[in-house]
Amino acid sequence: MQVTLWGTRGSLATPGPDTARYGGNTSCVAVRGREGGVLVLDAGTGIRRMAATIDTSVRRVDVLLTHLHMDHIQGLGFFGPLYRPGLDVHIWGPASVQMGLQARLMRYLSPPLFPVALSELPCRLTLHEVGETEVPIEEFRVAAARVCHPGPTVGYRITDSMGKVVTYLPDHEPALGPSAFPSLPREWTSGGVLAEDADLLIHDSQYTSQQYPSHVGWGHSSFAHVLEFASLVETKHLVPFHHDPGHSDVDLDRLLVEAIDAYGPAYRVTPGQEGMTFRIE
Amino acid sequence: MPLAKPIQLILARQLASGMATAIMLFDAQGNLVFYNEPAEPILNTRFDETGEIKVDDLLRVVSVADENRELLSPEDRPGRVARLERRPITQTIWMSCNDSAWRRFQATAVPIIGEQAEFHGVMHFFWEI
Repeated sequence: MQVTLWGTRGSLATPGPDTARYGGNTSCVAVRGREGGVLVLDAGTGIRRMAATIDTSVRRVDVLLTHLHMDHIQGLGFFGPLYRPGLDVHIWGPASVQMGLQARLMRYLSPPLFPVALSELPCRLTLHEVGETEVPIEEFRVAAARVCHPGPTVGYRITDSMGKVVTYLPDHEPALGPSAFPSLPREWTSGGVLAEDADLLIHDSQYTSQQYPSHVGWGHSSFAHVLEFASLVETKHLVPFHHDPGHSDVDLDRLLVEAIDAYGPAYRVTPGQEGMTFRIE
Repeated sequence: MPLAKPIQLILARQLASGMATAIMLFDAQGNLVFYNEPAEPILNTRFDETGEIKVDDLLRVVSVADENRELLSPEDRPGRVARLERRPITQTIWMSCNDSAWRRFQATAVPIIGEQAEFHGVMHFFWEI
């Protein structure tokens, strides 16, 4: 399968010359299978450009939302396939205790925040509230599980027809709670089994170790935590992702190199930059 | 591949790890999947040594009686009530583990129910009185 990063920024779109290389668009990743299946992970502002790559031969698109914080859904109204009559668009995401996925999405996709309501979209739209069982979607098997982040939030584990695995945990704080991390086995670590032996792990890396103590409980990881987490789950290739809006390209170059050099991971690390494509074969 | 614990149990364990109150954490099947340090004297053992304890093994070593010291059947114990009836319960009980001296507790068992109404287990507090 082929994985392309269309938005790597966390929290807030951050365009500008200082962020041009890592990218200013918020979370969006496209996964394309060998048989033409298309999964779109999150609908941050990066989804607008991603949509242009979905040609008219595609009959079905699945958008997998990890959660409904604004940086993960802001681009949804600008996702071109929603406006194609006859195209099957499936949106997957978590419900909350009191509200279903549709009601939660409509809080954004309705006036006055957005001029077009969900019910007015010309595509054939189907909403799915994600559970915790693996489901087949096109040529993929997709497993979801609740993970540690404020509000209903899931991570996804996507397995292709060849058994290759991509795990997507863009907003994730597995280090919340224990005095030392990691101190528990995978099954007792948020996201641990979702990411087990993943060929590619796309993971939150919002903070430096100096910033993290003042952001405990905000639902994000430090560079050191994501490197530890990737070791725990024995991923083959880590992509740090969901960069803090306050980190420029120059900052990220320095901070990530320092963290990687200090940790010495046994796996490959490629800091996520907008436009990067990974082929997993 | 080990079965992932639900995030609700993971967070409950983290909470219990940082509490001075004795807490036992049971999964949906009634297995004791974690107990914190303050709960170790109740069971006369350490979690690091036992790890998870299957429900049947637990029933063999733990005796529970009501306030009048009448033995409670497994179905009437607070943890089992919280699990089977999916409701919180608080009760004064006497407990003994492996024939140790009986100790009196205010026991509170709370079912852990997720956002989509799925049942994950029971968080069981023990306050010695």
